[in-house]
Amino acid sequence: MTPFFQSLGLPYEWAWTIATVLGIVIISLLVMLAVAMVIYVDRKVLGAIMLRRGPNVVGPFGLLQSFADGLKVFLQETIIPSAANKGIFLLAPIITFTVALAAWAVIPFDAGMVMADINVGLLYILAISSLGVYGVVMSGWASNSKYPFFSAMRAAAQMISYEVSIGFVLVCVVLFVGSFNMSEIVMSQKGFGLGLINAHLVHPLLFPMFVVFFISALAETARAPFDLTEAESELVAGYQTEYSSMAFALFWLGEYANILLMCSLCTLLFFGGWLPPLELPFLYWVPGIVWFLLKTFLFFFMFSWIWATVPRYRYDQLMRLGWKVFLPMSLVFVALVSGYLMAIGHFAK
Amino acid sequence: MIQALAFYLFASVVIASAVMVIMARNPVHSVLWLILAFFNAAGLMVLVGAEFIAMLLVIVYVGAVAVLFLFVVMMLDIDFAAMRAGFIRNFPLGILIAAILLAELMLAVGAYGAGGIELGQTDGSAATPVGASNIEAIGALLYGRYILLFEIAGIILLVAMIGAIVLTHREPKPGARGRQDIGKQIARRPEEATVMKQPTVGEGVEL
Repeated sequence: MTPFFQSLGLPYEWAWTIATVLGIVIISLLVMLAVAMVIYVDRKVLGAIMLRRGPNVVGPFGLLQSFADGLKVFLQETIIPSAANKGIFLLAPIITFTVALAAWAVIPFDAGMVMADINVGLLYILAISSLGVYGVVMSGWASNSKYPFFSAMRAAAQMISYEVSIGFVLVCVVLFVGSFNMSEIVMSQKGFGLGLINAHLVHPLLFPMFVVFFISALAETARAPFDLTEAESELVAGYQTEYSSMAFALFWLGEYANILLMCSLCTLLFFGGWLPPLELPFLYWVPGIVWFLLKTFLFFFMFSWIWATVPRYRYDQLMRLGWKVFLPMSLVFVALVSGYLMAIGHFAK
Repeated sequence: MIQALAFYLFASVVIASAVMVIMARNPVHSVLWLILAFFNAAGLMVLVGAEFIAMLLVIVYVGAVAVLFLFVVMMLDIDFAAMRAGFIRNFPLGILIAAILLAELMLAVGAYGAGGIELGQTDGSAATPVGASNIEAIGALLYGRYILLFEIAGIILLVAMIGAIVLTHREPKPGARGRQDIGKQIARRPEEATVMKQPTVGEGVEL
Protein backbone atom coordinates (compact mmCIF):
# COMPACT_ATOMS: atom_id res chain seq x y z
CA MET A 1 0.00 0.00 0.00
CA THR A 2 3.01 2.29 0.44
CA PRO A 3 3.25 3.17 -3.30
CA PHE A 4 -0.43 4.19 -3.26
CA PHE A 5 0.11 6.73 -0.49
CA GLN A 6 3.30 7.91 -2.18
CA SER A 7 1.29 8.57 -5.32
CA LEU A 8 -0.88 10.90 -3.23
CA GLY A 9 2.22 13.07 -2.80
CA LEU A 10 3.38 11.94 0.67
CA PRO A 11 7.08 11.43 1.43
CA TYR A 12 8.17 7.78 1.70
CA GLU A 13 8.38 7.61 5.50
CA TRP A 14 4.92 9.07 6.05
CA ALA A 15 3.42 6.88 3.34
CA TRP A 16 5.04 3.82 4.93
CA THR A 17 3.79 4.73 8.40
CA ILE A 18 0.22 5.33 7.26
CA ALA A 19 0.19 2.17 5.14
CA THR A 20 1.50 0.08 8.05
CA VAL A 21 -0.98 1.45 10.56
CA LEU A 22 -3.81 0.96 8.08
CA GLY A 23 -2.68 -2.62 7.42
CA ILE A 24 -2.60 -3.37 11.14
CA VAL A 25 -6.10 -1.97 11.61
CA ILE A 26 -7.50 -3.93 8.65
CA ILE A 27 -5.94 -7.23 9.74
CA SER A 28 -7.05 -6.77 13.36
CA LEU A 29 -10.61 -6.00 12.29
CA LEU A 30 -10.74 -8.96 9.93
CA VAL A 31 -9.32 -11.31 12.58
CA MET A 32 -11.90 -10.03 15.08
CA LEU A 33 -14.68 -10.58 12.54
CA ALA A 34 -13.35 -14.08 11.86
CA VAL A 35 -13.23 -14.76 15.61
CA ALA A 36 -16.86 -13.67 16.01
CA MET A 37 -17.95 -15.97 13.19
CA VAL A 38 -15.79 -18.83 14.41
CA ILE A 39 -17.29 -18.68 17.92
CA TYR A 40 -20.69 -19.03 16.24
CA VAL A 41 -19.42 -21.98 14.15
CA ASP A 42 -17.96 -23.58 17.26
CA ARG A 43 -21.29 -23.41 19.07
CA LYS A 44 -23.20 -24.65 16.03
CA VAL A 45 -20.88 -27.64 15.53
CA LEU A 46 -21.06 -28.45 19.23
CA GLY A 47 -24.85 -28.20 19.08
CA ALA A 48 -25.08 -30.44 16.03
CA ILE A 49 -22.91 -33.12 17.62
CA MET A 50 -24.94 -32.98 20.84
CA LEU A 51 -28.21 -33.07 18.83
CA ARG A 52 -29.13 -29.53 19.89
CA ARG A 53 -29.90 -26.56 17.68
CA GLY A 54 -27.18 -24.25 18.95
CA PRO A 55 -27.63 -20.46 18.63
CA ASN A 56 -30.54 -19.79 16.26
CA VAL A 57 -32.39 -16.74 17.54
CA VAL A 58 -30.36 -13.60 16.82
CA GLY A 59 -30.32 -12.85 13.09
CA PRO A 60 -30.74 -15.40 10.28
CA PHE A 61 -29.67 -18.86 11.54
CA GLY A 62 -28.40 -17.14 14.69
CA LEU A 63 -25.50 -15.65 12.70
CA LEU A 64 -25.42 -12.46 14.78
CA GLN A 65 -25.26 -14.31 18.12
CA SER A 66 -21.60 -13.40 18.74
CA PHE A 67 -22.27 -9.71 18.16
CA ALA A 68 -25.22 -9.79 20.55
CA ASP A 69 -23.02 -11.46 23.15
CA GLY A 70 -20.31 -8.86 22.54
CA LEU A 71 -22.77 -6.02 23.08
CA LYS A 72 -24.08 -7.64 26.24
CA VAL A 73 -20.59 -8.09 27.66
CA PHE A 74 -19.65 -4.55 26.68
CA LEU A 75 -22.52 -3.11 28.72
CA GLN A 76 -21.75 -5.11 31.85
CA GLU A 77 -19.94 -3.78 34.88
CA THR A 78 -16.26 -4.60 35.32
CA ILE A 79 -15.85 -6.05 38.79
CA ILE A 80 -12.39 -5.99 40.35
CA PRO A 81 -12.00 -8.09 43.51
CA SER A 82 -10.89 -5.92 46.42
CA ALA A 83 -7.97 -8.24 47.23
CA ALA A 84 -6.75 -8.34 43.62
CA ASN A 85 -3.55 -6.72 42.45
CA LYS A 86 -5.37 -4.13 40.38
CA GLY A 87 -2.78 -3.13 37.80
CA ILE A 88 -1.75 -6.65 36.85
CA PHE A 89 -5.36 -7.84 37.09
CA LEU A 90 -6.34 -5.41 34.34
CA LEU A 91 -3.12 -5.82 32.34
CA ALA A 92 -3.50 -9.60 31.95
CA PRO A 93 -6.47 -9.70 29.54
CA ILE A 94 -4.94 -6.85 27.54
CA ILE A 95 -1.72 -8.84 27.11
CA THR A 96 -3.59 -11.98 26.07
CA PHE A 97 -5.56 -10.06 23.47
CA THR A 98 -2.65 -8.01 22.10
CA VAL A 99 -0.35 -10.99 21.77
CA ALA A 100 -3.05 -13.02 20.03
CA LEU A 101 -3.43 -10.28 17.42
CA ALA A 102 0.30 -9.51 17.05
CA ALA A 103 1.11 -12.97 15.72
CA TRP A 104 -1.06 -12.38 12.64
CA ALA A 105 1.49 -9.91 11.27
CA VAL A 106 3.50 -12.62 9.51
CA ILE A 107 0.64 -14.86 8.30
CA PRO A 108 0.42 -14.78 4.49
CA PHE A 109 -3.26 -14.96 3.43
CA ASP A 110 -2.39 -15.13 -0.26
CA ALA A 111 0.71 -14.73 -2.43
CA GLY A 112 2.19 -11.42 -1.27
CA MET A 113 -0.79 -10.65 0.99
CA VAL A 114 1.18 -10.42 4.22
CA MET A 115 1.75 -7.58 6.65
CA ALA A 116 5.44 -8.26 7.39
CA ASP A 117 7.25 -10.66 5.05
CA ILE A 118 10.21 -11.15 7.41
CA ASN A 119 12.94 -13.78 7.17
CA VAL A 120 12.32 -15.12 10.66
CA GLY A 121 8.53 -15.34 10.32
CA LEU A 122 8.23 -18.76 11.90
CA LEU A 123 10.48 -17.81 14.82
CA TYR A 124 8.42 -14.66 15.29
CA ILE A 125 5.27 -16.75 15.63
CA LEU A 126 7.02 -19.06 18.09
CA ALA A 127 8.20 -16.04 20.10
CA ILE A 128 4.82 -14.34 20.17
CA SER A 129 2.89 -17.50 21.00
CA SER A 130 5.24 -18.16 23.91
CA LEU A 131 4.18 -14.77 25.31
CA GLY A 132 0.57 -15.87 25.46
CA VAL A 133 1.15 -17.71 28.73
CA TYR A 134 1.82 -14.43 30.56
CA GLY A 135 -1.79 -13.33 30.26
CA VAL A 136 -2.89 -16.53 31.99
CA VAL A 137 -0.17 -16.55 34.65
CA MET A 138 -0.60 -12.87 35.51
CA SER A 139 -4.38 -13.11 35.74
CA GLY A 140 -4.12 -16.19 37.93
CA TRP A 141 -1.74 -14.53 40.34
CA ALA A 142 -3.37 -11.09 40.37
CA SER A 143 -6.83 -12.51 41.12
CA ASN A 144 -5.51 -13.43 44.57
CA SER A 145 -7.79 -16.43 44.64
CA LYS A 146 -7.00 -20.13 44.85
CA TYR A 147 -8.58 -21.62 41.75
CA PRO A 148 -7.21 -19.02 39.34
CA PHE A 149 -3.79 -19.54 40.89
CA PHE A 150 -3.93 -23.30 40.35
CA SER A 151 -4.95 -22.60 36.79
CA ALA A 152 -2.01 -20.26 36.27
CA MET A 153 0.45 -22.87 37.55
CA ARG A 154 -1.05 -25.47 35.26
CA ALA A 155 -0.94 -23.14 32.28
CA ALA A 156 2.71 -22.26 32.80
CA ALA A 157 3.81 -25.90 32.99
CA GLN A 158 1.56 -27.01 30.14
CA MET A 159 2.60 -24.38 27.64
CA ILE A 160 6.32 -24.83 28.22
CA SER A 161 5.98 -28.61 27.81
CA TYR A 162 4.29 -28.43 24.46
CA GLU A 163 6.27 -25.54 23.05
CA VAL A 164 9.39 -27.71 23.02
CA SER A 165 7.89 -30.36 20.76
CA ILE A 166 6.24 -27.70 18.57
CA GLY A 167 9.73 -26.22 18.14
CA PHE A 168 11.14 -29.55 16.95
CA VAL A 169 8.24 -30.07 14.53
CA LEU A 170 8.96 -26.67 13.06
CA VAL A 171 12.63 -27.63 12.72
CA CYS A 172 11.58 -30.66 10.60
CA VAL A 173 9.54 -28.46 8.28
CA VAL A 174 12.28 -25.84 8.07
CA LEU A 175 14.84 -28.54 7.16
CA PHE A 176 12.71 -29.44 4.13
CA VAL A 177 12.12 -25.83 3.12
CA GLY A 178 15.43 -24.22 4.00
CA SER A 179 13.82 -21.00 5.19
CA PHE A 180 11.93 -19.52 8.13
CA ASN A 181 9.95 -17.24 5.83
CA MET A 182 6.24 -18.15 5.84
CA SER A 183 5.71 -17.41 2.14
CA GLU A 184 8.70 -19.54 1.15
CA ILE A 185 7.41 -22.38 3.32
CA VAL A 186 4.13 -22.28 1.41
CA MET A 187 5.77 -22.02 -2.00
CA SER A 188 8.04 -25.00 -1.31
CA GLN A 189 4.89 -27.15 -1.06
CA LYS A 190 3.97 -26.45 -4.70
CA GLY A 191 3.89 -29.89 -6.33
CA PHE A 192 5.52 -31.40 -3.24
CA GLY A 193 3.72 -34.75 -3.52
CA LEU A 194 4.71 -36.36 -6.86
CA GLY A 195 4.30 -33.01 -8.58
CA LEU A 196 0.56 -33.22 -8.05
CA ILE A 197 -0.31 -32.56 -4.42
CA ASN A 198 0.45 -29.17 -2.86
CA ALA A 199 1.01 -30.20 0.75
CA HIS A 200 3.86 -31.17 3.06
CA LEU A 201 1.39 -33.51 4.70
CA VAL A 202 1.83 -36.34 2.19
CA HIS A 203 5.49 -36.97 3.03
CA PRO A 204 5.80 -40.09 5.26
CA LEU A 205 8.35 -38.28 7.46
CA LEU A 206 6.23 -35.16 7.83
CA PHE A 207 2.81 -36.71 8.40
CA PRO A 208 3.63 -37.94 11.95
CA MET A 209 5.04 -34.49 12.66
CA PHE A 210 1.78 -32.96 11.50
CA VAL A 211 -0.10 -35.16 13.97
CA VAL A 212 2.26 -34.10 16.77
CA PHE A 213 1.85 -30.46 15.75
CA PHE A 214 -1.93 -30.65 15.68
CA ILE A 215 -2.18 -32.27 19.12
CA SER A 216 0.40 -29.85 20.55
CA ALA A 217 -1.62 -27.00 19.06
CA LEU A 218 -4.62 -28.23 21.04
CA ALA A 219 -2.51 -28.22 24.20
CA GLU A 220 -0.89 -24.87 23.41
CA THR A 221 -4.26 -23.14 23.01
CA ALA A 222 -5.63 -25.02 26.06
CA ARG A 223 -8.44 -26.50 24.01
CA ALA A 224 -10.27 -29.71 24.95
CA PRO A 225 -9.07 -32.37 25.70
CA PHE A 226 -6.23 -30.34 27.23
CA ASP A 227 -8.30 -27.50 28.73
CA LEU A 228 -6.99 -28.13 32.22
CA THR A 229 -6.45 -24.43 32.82
CA GLU A 230 -10.20 -23.89 32.87
CA ALA A 231 -11.41 -27.33 33.84
CA GLU A 232 -14.86 -26.36 35.08
CA SER A 233 -15.30 -29.47 37.20
CA GLU A 234 -12.14 -28.76 39.20
CA LEU A 235 -11.30 -25.05 38.97
CA VAL A 236 -14.66 -23.24 38.41
CA ALA A 237 -13.41 -21.37 35.33
CA GLY A 238 -9.69 -21.36 36.04
CA TYR A 239 -7.90 -18.06 35.54
CA GLN A 240 -11.10 -16.42 34.24
CA THR A 241 -13.02 -17.02 37.47
CA GLU A 242 -12.72 -13.49 38.86
CA TYR A 243 -13.16 -11.70 35.55
CA SER A 244 -16.30 -10.11 34.24
CA SER A 245 -17.44 -7.88 31.42
CA MET A 246 -14.92 -6.73 28.78
CA ALA A 247 -11.91 -8.16 30.63
CA PHE A 248 -13.53 -11.59 30.36
CA ALA A 249 -14.41 -10.97 26.71
CA LEU A 250 -10.80 -10.05 25.91
CA PHE A 251 -9.69 -13.45 27.21
CA TRP A 252 -12.25 -15.15 25.00
CA LEU A 253 -11.35 -13.16 21.92
CA GLY A 254 -7.65 -13.76 22.49
CA GLU A 255 -8.21 -17.46 23.00
CA TYR A 256 -10.15 -17.86 19.77
CA ALA A 257 -7.70 -15.67 17.84
CA ASN A 258 -4.97 -18.04 19.06
CA ILE A 259 -6.95 -21.09 17.99
CA LEU A 260 -7.46 -19.57 14.54
CA LEU A 261 -3.74 -18.79 14.41
CA MET A 262 -2.86 -22.40 15.15
CA CYS A 263 -5.33 -23.57 12.48
CA SER A 264 -3.77 -21.26 9.93
CA LEU A 265 -0.30 -22.47 10.98
CA CYS A 266 -1.38 -26.07 10.28
CA THR A 267 -2.56 -24.83 6.89
CA LEU A 268 0.61 -22.92 6.09
CA LEU A 269 3.12 -25.50 7.32
CA PHE A 270 1.54 -28.75 6.19
CA PHE A 271 -1.47 -28.12 3.99
CA GLY A 272 -0.16 -25.83 1.27
CA GLY A 273 -1.40 -22.46 2.55
CA TRP A 274 -3.07 -20.48 -0.22
CA LEU A 275 -2.17 -23.04 -2.92
CA PRO A 276 -4.99 -25.24 -4.21
CA PRO A 277 -4.81 -28.80 -2.85
CA LEU A 278 -3.93 -30.29 -6.25
CA GLU A 279 -1.54 -28.89 -8.82
CA LEU A 280 -4.18 -28.56 -11.56
CA PRO A 281 -4.49 -25.36 -13.66
CA PHE A 282 -8.25 -24.93 -13.31
CA LEU A 283 -8.01 -24.95 -9.51
CA TYR A 284 -5.94 -21.76 -9.71
CA TRP A 285 -9.06 -19.89 -10.88
CA VAL A 286 -10.21 -19.89 -7.28
CA PRO A 287 -8.44 -17.03 -5.46
CA GLY A 288 -5.70 -18.11 -3.06
CA ILE A 289 -7.30 -16.52 -0.03
CA VAL A 290 -10.39 -18.69 -0.52
CA TRP A 291 -8.26 -21.83 -0.38
CA PHE A 292 -6.48 -20.49 2.69
CA LEU A 293 -9.74 -19.76 4.51
CA LEU A 294 -11.28 -23.09 3.50
CA LYS A 295 -8.31 -25.05 4.82
CA THR A 296 -8.12 -23.01 8.03
CA PHE A 297 -11.83 -23.58 8.54
CA LEU A 298 -11.35 -27.32 8.01
CA PHE A 299 -8.82 -27.37 10.85
CA PHE A 300 -11.08 -25.27 13.03
CA PHE A 301 -13.88 -27.75 12.42
CA MET A 302 -11.52 -30.49 13.66
CA PHE A 303 -10.84 -28.41 16.78
CA SER A 304 -14.53 -28.16 17.65
CA TRP A 305 -15.16 -31.77 16.66
CA ILE A 306 -12.50 -32.84 19.16
CA TRP A 307 -13.97 -30.54 21.81
CA ALA A 308 -17.34 -32.26 21.45
CA THR A 309 -16.09 -35.84 21.40
CA VAL A 310 -12.95 -36.32 23.51
CA PRO A 311 -12.97 -36.40 27.34
CA ARG A 312 -10.52 -34.22 29.27
CA TYR A 313 -7.02 -35.51 30.04
CA ARG A 314 -5.80 -35.94 33.58
CA TYR A 315 -2.97 -33.54 34.39
CA ASP A 316 -0.24 -36.18 34.82
CA GLN A 317 -1.30 -37.78 31.54
CA LEU A 318 -0.94 -34.40 29.84
CA MET A 319 2.60 -33.97 31.16
CA ARG A 320 3.49 -37.54 30.24
CA LEU A 321 2.28 -37.07 26.67
CA GLY A 322 4.28 -33.87 26.28
CA TRP A 323 7.59 -34.91 27.78
CA LYS A 324 7.70 -38.68 27.40
CA VAL A 325 5.99 -39.19 24.04
CA PHE A 326 6.09 -36.07 21.89
CA LEU A 327 9.50 -34.75 22.87
CA PRO A 328 11.48 -37.97 22.18
CA MET A 329 9.40 -38.65 19.07
CA SER A 330 9.97 -35.20 17.56
CA LEU A 331 13.68 -35.37 18.48
CA VAL A 332 14.02 -38.70 16.66
CA PHE A 333 12.20 -37.26 13.68
CA VAL A 334 14.56 -34.26 13.51
CA ALA A 335 17.44 -36.75 13.22
CA LEU A 336 15.51 -38.90 10.72
CA VAL A 337 14.51 -35.96 8.54
CA SER A 338 18.00 -34.47 8.44
CA GLY A 339 19.51 -37.90 7.73
CA TYR A 340 17.02 -38.51 4.94
CA LEU A 341 17.64 -35.09 3.43
CA MET A 342 21.42 -35.63 3.54
CA ALA A 343 20.99 -39.06 1.90
CA ILE A 344 18.99 -37.71 -1.04
CA GLY A 345 21.38 -34.76 -1.38
CA HIS A 346 18.76 -32.12 -0.55
CA PHE A 347 21.32 -29.66 0.83
CA ALA A 348 23.77 -30.01 -2.04
CA LYS A 349 21.66 -27.72 -4.24
CA MET B 1 13.56 9.02 11.66
CA ILE B 2 11.27 6.15 12.60
CA GLN B 3 14.32 4.06 13.44
CA ALA B 4 15.75 6.72 15.72
CA LEU B 5 12.35 7.11 17.38
CA ALA B 6 12.09 3.35 17.88
CA PHE B 7 15.63 3.19 19.24
CA TYR B 8 15.01 5.87 21.86
CA LEU B 9 11.69 4.28 22.78
CA PHE B 10 13.19 0.80 23.25
CA ALA B 11 16.34 2.06 24.96
CA SER B 12 14.54 4.27 27.46
CA VAL B 13 12.03 1.52 28.27
CA VAL B 14 14.90 -0.95 28.81
CA ILE B 15 16.63 1.41 31.25
CA ALA B 16 13.42 2.40 33.01
CA SER B 17 12.26 -1.17 33.48
CA ALA B 18 15.73 -2.27 34.59
CA VAL B 19 15.57 0.40 37.28
CA MET B 20 12.08 -0.76 38.22
CA VAL B 21 13.35 -4.35 38.59
CA ILE B 22 15.37 -3.30 41.64
CA MET B 23 12.99 -0.57 42.82
CA ALA B 24 9.78 -2.60 42.85
CA ARG B 25 8.68 -3.73 46.32
CA ASN B 26 6.77 -6.75 45.13
CA PRO B 27 9.08 -9.48 43.74
CA VAL B 28 6.45 -10.52 41.18
CA HIS B 29 6.41 -6.97 39.87
CA SER B 30 10.20 -7.14 39.65
CA VAL B 31 10.04 -10.22 37.44
CA LEU B 32 7.41 -8.58 35.23
CA TRP B 33 9.61 -5.51 34.82
CA LEU B 34 12.51 -7.81 33.97
CA ILE B 35 10.39 -9.41 31.24
CA LEU B 36 9.61 -5.96 29.85
CA ALA B 37 13.35 -5.23 29.81
CA PHE B 38 14.08 -8.48 27.91
CA PHE B 39 11.37 -7.72 25.41
CA ASN B 40 12.63 -4.24 24.67
CA ALA B 41 16.21 -5.50 24.42
CA ALA B 42 14.91 -7.82 21.69
CA GLY B 43 13.48 -4.72 20.00
CA LEU B 44 16.95 -3.13 20.05
CA MET B 45 18.38 -6.30 18.45
CA VAL B 46 15.84 -6.05 15.63
CA LEU B 47 16.91 -2.44 15.06
CA VAL B 48 20.56 -3.40 14.53
CA GLY B 49 19.47 -6.10 12.07
CA ALA B 50 20.07 -9.13 14.30
CA GLU B 51 16.52 -10.43 14.00
CA PHE B 52 17.52 -14.03 14.68
CA ILE B 53 19.11 -13.12 18.03
CA ALA B 54 16.10 -10.98 18.85
CA MET B 55 13.66 -13.82 18.25
CA LEU B 56 15.82 -16.24 20.25
CA LEU B 57 15.96 -13.74 23.11
CA VAL B 58 12.17 -13.62 23.21
CA ILE B 59 11.68 -17.39 22.77
CA VAL B 60 14.31 -18.49 25.28
CA TYR B 61 14.37 -15.76 27.92
CA VAL B 62 10.87 -14.33 27.80
CA GLY B 63 9.07 -17.49 26.71
CA ALA B 64 10.78 -20.07 28.91
CA VAL B 65 13.28 -18.78 31.49
CA ALA B 66 11.21 -15.87 32.73
CA VAL B 67 8.07 -18.03 32.90
CA LEU B 68 9.88 -20.38 35.28
CA PHE B 69 11.20 -17.37 37.22
CA LEU B 70 7.69 -16.05 37.59
CA PHE B 71 6.47 -19.52 38.45
CA VAL B 72 8.90 -19.81 41.36
CA VAL B 73 8.58 -16.23 42.61
CA MET B 74 4.78 -16.42 42.64
CA MET B 75 4.86 -19.52 44.81
CA LEU B 76 7.29 -18.03 47.33
CA ASP B 77 5.71 -16.86 50.53
CA ILE B 78 7.75 -13.75 51.14
CA ASP B 79 7.76 -12.00 54.48
CA PHE B 80 8.68 -8.40 53.77
CA ALA B 81 9.52 -7.56 57.38
CA ALA B 82 12.07 -10.41 57.51
CA MET B 83 13.55 -9.21 54.24
CA ARG B 84 14.09 -5.66 55.52
CA ALA B 85 15.56 -6.97 58.76
CA GLY B 86 18.41 -8.51 56.75
CA PHE B 87 19.16 -5.19 55.07
CA ILE B 88 21.54 -3.82 57.71
CA ARG B 89 23.35 -7.14 58.00
CA ASN B 90 23.94 -7.41 54.24
CA PHE B 91 24.69 -3.71 53.79
CA PRO B 92 28.57 -3.97 53.90
CA LEU B 93 28.53 -6.86 51.42
CA GLY B 94 26.27 -4.88 49.10
CA ILE B 95 28.57 -1.87 49.26
CA LEU B 96 31.56 -4.11 48.46
CA ILE B 97 29.88 -5.62 45.40
CA ALA B 98 28.74 -2.19 44.23
CA ALA B 99 32.31 -0.87 44.57
CA ILE B 100 33.74 -3.79 42.58
CA LEU B 101 31.14 -3.33 39.84
CA LEU B 102 31.85 0.40 39.69
CA ALA B 103 35.60 -0.21 39.42
CA GLU B 104 35.06 -2.77 36.65
CA LEU B 105 32.77 -0.41 34.77
CA MET B 106 35.37 2.38 34.97
CA LEU B 107 38.08 -0.04 33.79
CA ALA B 108 35.87 -1.11 30.90
CA VAL B 109 35.21 2.49 29.87
CA GLY B 110 38.93 3.24 30.07
CA ALA B 111 39.81 0.16 28.02
CA TYR B 112 37.19 1.05 25.45
CA GLY B 113 38.71 4.50 25.12
CA ALA B 114 42.18 2.97 24.65
CA GLY B 115 41.06 1.02 21.59
CA GLY B 116 39.95 -2.51 20.73
CA ILE B 117 41.73 -5.61 21.99
CA GLU B 118 43.23 -8.00 19.42
CA LEU B 119 41.95 -11.46 20.29
CA GLY B 120 44.06 -13.54 17.91
CA GLN B 121 44.19 -12.98 14.16
CA THR B 122 40.96 -12.61 12.23
CA ASP B 123 40.85 -14.59 9.01
CA GLY B 124 37.87 -12.69 7.68
CA SER B 125 35.57 -15.69 7.92
CA ALA B 126 33.59 -14.03 10.68
CA ALA B 127 32.27 -11.34 8.38
CA THR B 128 28.70 -11.88 7.18
CA PRO B 129 28.82 -13.11 3.58
CA VAL B 130 27.02 -10.82 1.16
CA GLY B 131 23.48 -11.97 0.38
CA ALA B 132 23.30 -14.52 3.20
CA SER B 133 20.45 -14.12 5.67
CA ASN B 134 21.04 -13.66 9.36
CA ILE B 135 20.30 -17.30 10.18
CA GLU B 136 22.52 -18.71 7.42
CA ALA B 137 25.44 -16.53 8.50
CA ILE B 138 25.12 -17.52 12.16
CA GLY B 139 24.65 -21.19 11.25
CA ALA B 140 27.73 -21.21 9.02
CA LEU B 141 29.83 -19.64 11.78
CA LEU B 142 28.51 -21.83 14.60
CA TYR B 143 28.86 -25.09 12.69
CA GLY B 144 32.06 -24.09 10.93
CA ARG B 145 34.53 -21.87 12.69
CA TYR B 146 33.20 -22.26 16.23
CA ILE B 147 32.09 -25.89 16.02
CA LEU B 148 34.32 -26.92 18.94
CA LEU B 149 33.08 -24.18 21.28
CA PHE B 150 29.53 -24.85 20.21
CA GLU B 151 29.81 -28.56 20.94
CA ILE B 152 31.48 -27.90 24.31
CA ALA B 153 28.65 -25.58 25.28
CA GLY B 154 26.20 -28.28 24.25
CA ILE B 155 27.97 -30.93 26.32
CA ILE B 156 28.05 -28.64 29.38
CA LEU B 157 24.32 -28.02 29.06
CA LEU B 158 23.68 -31.75 28.66
CA VAL B 159 25.70 -32.52 31.78
CA ALA B 160 23.83 -29.83 33.71
CA MET B 161 20.52 -31.28 32.56
CA ILE B 162 21.45 -34.82 33.53
CA GLY B 163 22.74 -33.54 36.87
CA ALA B 164 19.44 -31.80 37.61
CA ILE B 165 17.50 -34.94 36.73
CA VAL B 166 19.75 -37.18 38.85
CA LEU B 167 19.52 -34.81 41.83
CA THR B 168 15.73 -34.68 41.81
CA HIS B 169 14.98 -38.23 40.69
CA ARG B 170 13.57 -40.49 43.39
CA GLU B 171 13.11 -44.17 42.75
CA PRO B 172 9.72 -45.20 44.16
CA LYS B 173 9.79 -47.93 46.78
CA PRO B 174 9.01 -51.34 45.34
CA GLY B 175 5.37 -52.12 45.85
CA ALA B 176 4.55 -48.51 46.70
CA ARG B 177 0.93 -47.52 46.20
CA GLY B 178 -0.13 -44.99 43.66
CA ARG B 179 2.34 -46.24 41.11
CA GLN B 180 0.81 -46.01 37.64
CA ASP B 181 1.66 -48.14 34.65
CA ILE B 182 0.21 -46.30 31.68
CA GLY B 183 0.43 -49.35 29.41
CA LYS B 184 -1.58 -51.39 31.87
CA GLN B 185 -4.17 -48.64 32.20
CA ILE B 186 -4.65 -48.37 28.46
CA ALA B 187 -4.73 -52.13 27.91
CA ARG B 188 -7.56 -52.59 30.41
CA ARG B 189 -10.89 -53.61 28.88
CA PRO B 190 -14.36 -53.37 30.45
CA GLU B 191 -14.61 -57.20 30.58
CA GLU B 192 -11.68 -57.56 32.99
CA ALA B 193 -12.40 -54.39 34.97
CA THR B 194 -16.04 -55.06 35.82
CA VAL B 195 -17.94 -58.04 37.18
CA MET B 196 -21.68 -58.58 37.30
CA LYS B 197 -23.02 -59.74 40.67
CA GLN B 198 -26.51 -60.59 41.75
CA PRO B 199 -26.57 -59.85 45.49
CA THR B 200 -29.28 -61.59 47.45
CA VAL B 201 -31.25 -59.78 50.16
CA GLY B 202 -29.45 -59.49 53.48
CA GLU B 203 -26.04 -60.62 52.22
CA GLY B 204 -22.95 -58.69 51.21
CA VAL B 205 -21.04 -59.12 47.99
CA GLU B 206 -17.68 -60.88 47.89
CA LEU B 207 -15.31 -59.24 45.36
